[in-house]
Amino acid sequence: MNEIFGVPLPALLGQLMLGLVNGSFYAILSLGLAVIFGMLNIINFAHGAMYMMGAFLAWMGLNYWGIDYWWALVLVPLAIGVIGMITERALLQWLYKLDHLYGLLLTFGLALIIEGLFRDQYGVSGLPYDIPEALTGALDLGFMYLPKYRAWVILASLVVCFSTWFVIEKTRLGAYLRAATENPALTQAFGINVPLMVMLTYGFGVALAGFAGVLAAPAFQVNPLMGSHLIIVVFAVVVIGGMGSILGSIVTGLSLGVIEGLAKVFYPEASATVVFVIMAVVLMVRPAGLFGREQ
Amino acid sequence: MNKTTLIRLGYGLLLTALLAAPQVAYPVLLMKVLCFALFACAFNLLLGYTGLLSFGHAAFFGTAAYVAGYAMKAWLLPTPTSILLGTLAAAALGWLFGSLAIRRQGIYFAMVTLALAQMMYFFFIQAPFTGGEDGLQGVPRGSLFGIVSLADDLNLYYFVLAICVAGFWLIHRTIHSPFGQVLKAIRENEGRAISLGYDVARYKLLAFVLSAGLAGLAGATKAVVFGFASLTDAHWHMSGDVVLMTIVGGLGTIFGPVVGASIIVILEDQLADKVGSLVSVIMGCIFVTCVLLFRRGIVGEIAALKQRYS
Repeated sequence: MNEIFGVPLPALLGQLMLGLVNGSFYAILSLGLAVIFGMLNIINFAHGAMYMMGAFLAWMGLNYWGIDYWWALVLVPLAIGVIGMITERALLQWLYKLDHLYGLLLTFGLALIIEGLFRDQYGVSGLPYDIPEALTGALDLGFMYLPKYRAWVILASLVVCFSTWFVIEKTRLGAYLRAATENPALTQAFGINVPLMVMLTYGFGVALAGFAGVLAAPAFQVNPLMGSHLIIVVFAVVVIGGMGSILGSIVTGLSLGVIEGLAKVFYPEASATVVFVIMAVVLMVRPAGLFGREQ
Repeated sequence: MNKTTLIRLGYGLLLTALLAAPQVAYPVLLMKVLCFALFACAFNLLLGYTGLLSFGHAAFFGTAAYVAGYAMKAWLLPTPTSILLGTLAAAALGWLFGSLAIRRQGIYFAMVTLALAQMMYFFFIQAPFTGGEDGLQGVPRGSLFGIVSLADDLNLYYFVLAICVAGFWLIHRTIHSPFGQVLKAIRENEGRAISLGYDVARYKLLAFVLSAGLAGLAGATKAVVFGFASLTDAHWHMSGDVVLMTIVGGLGTIFGPVVGASIIVILEDQLADKVGSLVSVIMGCIFVTCVLLFRRGIVGEIAALKQRYS
């Protein structure tokens, strides 16, 4: 049994792994989008730009200031989170009373600014970021070679996703957060500082994107356009999954990555569009999304 | 003089100015402004008058450009027929995308249209007839009914002007028709429009198809003017540009998109060789400033000022 539908098994498993890697990024980013949307009622178009900035900060850290990968994994999300909180205080907070669309438009403008600045500085050809020494090479599983870095990306993103789920669903802080999402005025009346929580939520959401950026730096090339390519696919993922449930975002993200990987093996021409086609089908069959609630 | 006469006089003056414009300005730039003005007006019909934010209008613009360009280059069809074909293709695509997108509201509508447009973008990268990264180059301008050569910039300018005025007239008529009133009602309060017995989904879809078709008309005309159709026409930046033009000029105003398109196109034209990739930074800054400070846009702010002092 070395072939499935005429495709050699190692090639199939390799693509599946790659699909899971991509799916991990979809999962982290759509999770961040969902958390931000729940609290701020804003679809953060700048999420892709924050992810790209995360990858660039990791690259700059390594090349300018000698900060290695492991430190970057901690410091970069913090830096992106701080940038996010400043953005929220300076720009986003004025939009909460307006139509949701203005939030999308403002963050779209932000994405253009960030992407343009990095493109002006670094061009579009992409910069290499070496895989840290401990994660180079591959594990021999007998039936396939598993590149260590890919395994690490999947593991790390699963840990981050489930910790986020745990914090939001099972802790006191998460309970405040859910309460503030449900009814901000009433939560405020109970003496909880809702504006502070909104700021922290946005910071946390984009910090997730920054973390994904650091994870992505060695997996792909560091490129100013990496964020906008990804964010549009993530939007489709969000439409498919709906933003109502955290576990829903994680599951949808991972499975769409896998489906994309399978498409690369069986019908490569469709690999770039399969997520969008699935979105169209979901819209026809279940307009609210797989895990969404009917409005 | 009463108000209608004044308005008619205003339109007359504007038309005269447009007819005389090539004497003072470069016709190709003027044609570019006209095409984008029509594009932005088409977009405004949807966002400004129906309240639907499509982030994927580049798909219609680009599709029409490719179809019209291909029809002229490969099938050697006359220019007007090709533009019509492009427009119809965009309207058909609009019907398809529209019927999917109107199943969701607000923010999701924007994400769905953006994602569908990106799908078209990937399709155009791979499709055999688009020339991939190079685009569809060397589209002939052709002639009008075999009599008037459109290779001449001035002839083409008047042809493009006629198309854009016709498109603009159609939008103007739509907005002021009973159909347009229903669209505005949907924008103001969808629930109430439903309770009054209007089939909101059908109205939205029709507005979407109309807007997509007119965006396609603009795209097809642009392909004729420049003699090529490329991936830029279908890129999400293009969708963003048209949103920006509409917002800068004034959402839901008749002339706003025209003003906005003129400003953005001329600005991009002037800046392109001076600041390179910083253009998108400047566009982004305009976006942020408009959303934070001038949500009514230029024409909207003027109208508001006028109202305050009268």
